[in-house]
Amino acid sequence: QLYYQVLNFAMIVSSALMIWKGLIVVTGSESPIVVVLSGSMEPAFHRGDLLFLTNFHGDPIRAGEIVVFKVEGRDIPIVHRVIKVHEKGNGNIKFLTKGDNNDVDDRGLYKEGQNWLEKKDVVGRARGFLPYVGMVTIVMNDYPKFKYALLAVMGAYVLLKRES
Amino acid sequence: LRKNVEDFTGPRERSDLGFVTFDITADILNGKNAFPAIFDWNVKQLFLYLSAEYSTKNNALNQVVLWDKIMLRGDNPRLSLKDMKSKYFFFDDGNGLKGNRNITLTLSWNVVPNAGILPLVTGSGHVSVPFPDTYETTKSY
Repeated sequence: QLYYQVLNFAMIVSSALMIWKGLIVVTGSESPIVVVLSGSMEPAFHRGDLLFLTNFHGDPIRAGEIVVFKVEGRDIPIVHRVIKVHEKGNGNIKFLTKGDNNDVDDRGLYKEGQNWLEKKDVVGRARGFLPYVGMVTIVMNDYPKFKYALLAVMGAYVLLKRES
Repeated sequence: LRKNVEDFTGPRERSDLGFVTFDITADILNGKNAFPAIFDWNVKQLFLYLSAEYSTKNNALNQVVLWDKIMLRGDNPRLSLKDMKSKYFFFDDGNGLKGNRNITLTLSWNVVPNAGILPLVTGSGHVSVPFPDTYETTKSY
C-alpha cells in the first residue's frame, strides 16, 4: 500500500512538471507565468498579480508592449513597458523600458554602463493577467514559515489518507 | 483623431534630439475609432501613448514614445489636448532626425482588463511629420 501511495504522489508531481514544461515549450518563454513583485506598473498591475507570457521567436518588440525581462546577471524578472525601440535591418533590436508608475526610465536598473536591453534579456511579453492570484507565492517567499507549514500540511494529508 | 504638430531638431552630443508639440483630439467612447463600448465591465484602464515611428540610415525601424496617459474607467473618455509638449525626450539613436521627412505619429492604447487578455490597439488616425534640414539653435524649449 505504501508503494501505491508513493507512486500516486510521484504521478501527481510528474504530471505537474509535465504541464509546466509543456507550457514553457508552447509559449516559448522560460517562465510563462510570473508574479508581479512591485508596484512600478500601477494602476495596471499590483504586487501579487499573475501574468501570462509568450515569447515566440518571430515576435517583434514594439513600443507600448509590456515585457518581462531580466537584467544580465540578476535573477529577478522585471515587468515594464517598452518606450523606445531601435531596430536594424538585420533584426538586431535594442530597446528601453520604463515602469508606468515610475518617473524615470529603467536605465538605472540595467547593468553598469548598459543603456539598452536586447532580445536575449526578454523572458516574454505579457499577454494576459489575473489579479491577486500570485499573492500566495509572495507570501511564501516573505514568510518561509508559511511555506513549511503548507508543506507539512500537504505531507500530513498524504500520510493520513493512507489510514482511511 | 487629429494631431497637428510643429517641430525642430537640436543636436545633443552625437544624437539628434527632436522637439514636437501636438494636439490630440480623441473621442474614445463614440464610434469614430469603432470602439463604442471600449470601457466595458472588464476594462480597468486604458494606457494611451503617442509614438513616433520612422526609419533612419542607422536603423530600419525606430519607435519612440513621446507621451503617455493612463485613463481609468470612469475618467472622461474624451481627450482634447492642445499644445502638448512631449513627455519624454525624443532622442534618435544617431543623427537620423535631421532632414527626415517621414516621421509618423500614432496614438495607440493598451487595454488593461480586470482579468484576462492584454490587447494593444492602434488608433486609426495618424499624422506624418517632417523634420527640418537644419538644427535649431536659437529656440528655447
